[in-house]
Amino acid sequence: MRFFGRRLVFYAITFWAAVTINFFLPRLLPGDPVSALIAKKQGQLSTDAIASLKAMFGLDSNQTLWQQYLHYWGDLLHGDLGTSISYYPAPVTSIIKQGLPWTIGLVGISTIIAFTLGTLIGTAIGWRRGTWADALLPISTFFSSVPYFWLALIVITIFSVNLEWFPSSGSYDRDMVPNLSWDFIGSVIYYGTLPALTIILTSIAGWILGMRNMSVTVSSEDYVTVAQAKGLSERRVMFGYAARNAILPQISSFALSLGFIVGGTIVMEQVFSYQGIGFYLLSATSAHDYPLMQGCFLVITLAVLLANIVADFVYGVLDPRTRQEG
Amino acid sequence: MAAELLDLEDSAELTSVQTGPSGKKRRFLFMRNAKALTGLGILGFFVLIAIIGPWIAPYDPDARSKELLQPPSWDHLMGTTHTGQDVFSQVVLGTRSVLVIAFVAGFAATLLGIVIGITAGYIGGVGDESLSALSNVFLVIPQLPLIIIITGSLPSAGGLSVALVIAITGWAWGARVLRAQTLSLRRRDFVEAARANGEKTWRIVMAEILPNLTAIIAAGFIGTVGFAVLSQITLSFLGLTPTDEWNWGTVLYWAQSQLALQRHAWWWFVFPGACIALLGMALTLINFGIDEFVNPRLRSTGMNARDLRKRGIRPRIGFTPVVHEAKEDRA
Repeated sequence: MRFFGRRLVFYAITFWAAVTINFFLPRLLPGDPVSALIAKKQGQLSTDAIASLKAMFGLDSNQTLWQQYLHYWGDLLHGDLGTSISYYPAPVTSIIKQGLPWTIGLVGISTIIAFTLGTLIGTAIGWRRGTWADALLPISTFFSSVPYFWLALIVITIFSVNLEWFPSSGSYDRDMVPNLSWDFIGSVIYYGTLPALTIILTSIAGWILGMRNMSVTVSSEDYVTVAQAKGLSERRVMFGYAARNAILPQISSFALSLGFIVGGTIVMEQVFSYQGIGFYLLSATSAHDYPLMQGCFLVITLAVLLANIVADFVYGVLDPRTRQEG
Repeated sequence: MAAELLDLEDSAELTSVQTGPSGKKRRFLFMRNAKALTGLGILGFFVLIAIIGPWIAPYDPDARSKELLQPPSWDHLMGTTHTGQDVFSQVVLGTRSVLVIAFVAGFAATLLGIVIGITAGYIGGVGDESLSALSNVFLVIPQLPLIIIITGSLPSAGGLSVALVIAITGWAWGARVLRAQTLSLRRRDFVEAARANGEKTWRIVMAEILPNLTAIIAAGFIGTVGFAVLSQITLSFLGLTPTDEWNWGTVLYWAQSQLALQRHAWWWFVFPGACIALLGMALTLINFGIDEFVNPRLRSTGMNARDLRKRGIRPRIGFTPVVHEAKEDRA
């Protein structure tokens, strides 16, 4: 249990660090973006919005930095991330609530598919190395060096513009009202296929390569040779003996690559006009909507942290050694 | 000392190198690796383009012409944009800023990683705990969103500031690996001997520990350069860097915002993207080369079926052949 305790403390520290970065970032940056923004939007901003902007950038001269910091935490713990400028007067939290489920659904489902498929393929290639299966390696290397958004453009060109199989933008049919009917879910899947395909194509290579190299390393261990010598079936040795141990580093690298996948996805959402959190983050960035920008960043970080905690617990359950040493 | 090179205790991927040829020959060995050579070749090609770009670009990348949205031809190797600008010239001239920013960012991040990683591994104790916690925090926080909100808040995001932002967010991976390795080197006999001889700490670090980390530092540097290429191109694609400064991301930004997709102008985004992929692959290949150089088990696994047969190696379950490359033909 000490292992889990230590990990939880670490994630608490990371969350605190992310919040603190978020707090200090607008205060440390050179220039004075808020005054510039207020001057530019003369008259369009209400006094409320100006006050919240000033508070956010520490222009509230009545308070010390420490008071501002405590105030910021207080707001945050009450779920108050400020008021959006570009979607005024909507609070940032309600905008994020709209976008978050889409991103989590998209990234979650396609990452699980990519992880499962990639690990299986990697096991198979590692097991049969030195055959035609090795030809898959350079192909997957290519896909892993490609930026998500570029592959999104290519995928749209092929499947949407030329073949006209799937729609090129949006997350569901705009004529429908979101509800829990089969029609609506079908439409979500239909619109989500291309974005999901993009994520799977780019992220699967990492899983294949990692699993392949690990199975190659593990397959020369003594216990695999023993299993082989006992006359167990090929499949039994491959999955029951080799893959079981080879998968452990996959899970720990899952935690590290998740941030990267999420980063790629939010840019890809822009290409597909997929109304997830990345879409809001980027539109906020180009509109200089600082409260929304920072709110999105904080929520993305929090989501990645939660996923990491889950991956850590899975790892702890699968590998008894971590629990002993911790 | 060279044999100690890769004894990463807590990494199952890397196993210790058997006693091999002396240092000079080992470096040679790396150069003989086909993957590393291919990667270095492609990288060298792009570096060359970055240097001579202004002289070989056939057109002014900003110049408009009457040939609107032309597909690739001998006049315009990569076609033209909606205002008749030559995509080839834009890509060629954009190479320089891509590489300069990537290498500056990679260099700064590696330096930061070396300082933090080696310090943490060498001093140990509370200092180590807090420095590793710091790098773990930076590893877990999603980097691209962080880069986006920092550059998005900057009043103007020129080349150097983008490189620095990337370096600040991308140093942690290198630091973590270096710390683990320093930790295992710290108690080795040769380091103890140096300490017993009364060597100064900085000399032990520079002369005894640092040389043993060369391969890891190189791999980390190449990895960070790849990360920097992707990050800065993403930023330019999103229009967060000045859109009149050409790099591959800027070309893609204009292609996306001027609806190249809907106008069926595939050449506008396929070529710049292919350059990104090619450069990314080159960097990955160099890193594969470094991996195989330090881990003999991966060397045989990197070969294809025909090579294995040629060398008389039959891949079998239960053992991994250790390949000593090209030992015989050098005196």
